[in-house]
Amino acid sequence: MIHSEYLILVVGMGLVTYIPRWFPIFFLSRRQLPRWFSEWLDLIPVAILSALVFPELFTGGNPRHLDFSQPQLWVALPTFLFALKTKSLGGTVVVGMLLFWMAGKLL
Amino acid sequence: MVEIHVSTKENGDPGPIAREGMQAAWPICLGYFPIGLAFGVLAQKAGLHPVEISLMSLLVFAGSSQFIAVSMLSGGATVLSIVITTFVINLRHVLMSSSLAVYLRSVSRGWAALFAYGVTDESFAVNLTRFRNGNWDWRQAVVLNHTANAAWIGSSILGAYSGQFIPAGAFGIDYALIAMFLCLLVFQLRGKLYTVTAIIAGVLATILALLVPGNVYIVLASILAATFGVFFRRLARKNVHH
Repeated sequence: MIHSEYLILVVGMGLVTYIPRWFPIFFLSRRQLPRWFSEWLDLIPVAILSALVFPELFTGGNPRHLDFSQPQLWVALPTFLFALKTKSLGGTVVVGMLLFWMAGKLL
Repeated sequence: MVEIHVSTKENGDPGPIAREGMQAAWPICLGYFPIGLAFGVLAQKAGLHPVEISLMSLLVFAGSSQFIAVSMLSGGATVLSIVITTFVINLRHVLMSSSLAVYLRSVSRGWAALFAYGVTDESFAVNLTRFRNGNWDWRQAVVLNHTANAAWIGSSILGAYSGQFIPAGAFGIDYALIAMFLCLLVFQLRGKLYTVTAIIAGVLATILALLVPGNVYIVLASILAATFGVFFRRLARKNVHH
């Protein structure tokens, strides 16, 4: 049922996806890291989250272009404030979805 | 008292640990559901059998690269070019696993290998937040990763078999992951330096996303912003000393 070429494809994709996920854990978790590197790693999560979210909010289309009119962006403001105020992950997800749904109905 | 505490921690009931891991995974599962469904539908339209679709979700477990692989497949791309593209798209996980490694010191190599399989943008963000708050160890983290993985595989199989029986955009479900990331970002804003780094990363990522196709902007912007952040921190420290 499965072609051998397809099998090679998904195994190859699986390997090149898995190795970057596994290698730092294997390599770094048993080592004492230099101070500058731990300080750097300490800032990576906030940087990644921001780098994931901002382009989603401010750009759209293909090829991508700046777009300040997307509901994603305008819904993000109250959702962000809600998160700041409540610090509730579940609540933020529900409020964000609700607002986005309402924005879709209105626009 | 201490002894009891240690022993429950070591050989304790796996029930609560599994429950905590699964509970923490629900926003991720909610967000994965429509994406996995869409992936299943698209892959099926591209001519893949449900078994092939679930095999890809099982072995790769990385949303955007799977979408791209399917569109490259239907465009007649070679296996090698798809694998290389997948590698580039998923290289960003190096940064995430590096940040998580600090919290996985006590974990055996085998469990670490099983955990690594489930590192995604979403599981990384939730696990890291939990690790930082304490009361979270690798057991819950492994459960969280594999709960999310099950949701991903399950929803892609559902999509492969059933097509679109859930209307697109129902209940704002497409916004679940953005809302989750926004809240996790709020959790990470633990001081001025973090806020500055976040703003630099966001602005850089947006500019790079406009200039460079693909998703390298995530890695580039994160590396640059964190590097700026380290410089700012050192600069601030020097100013205090003088």
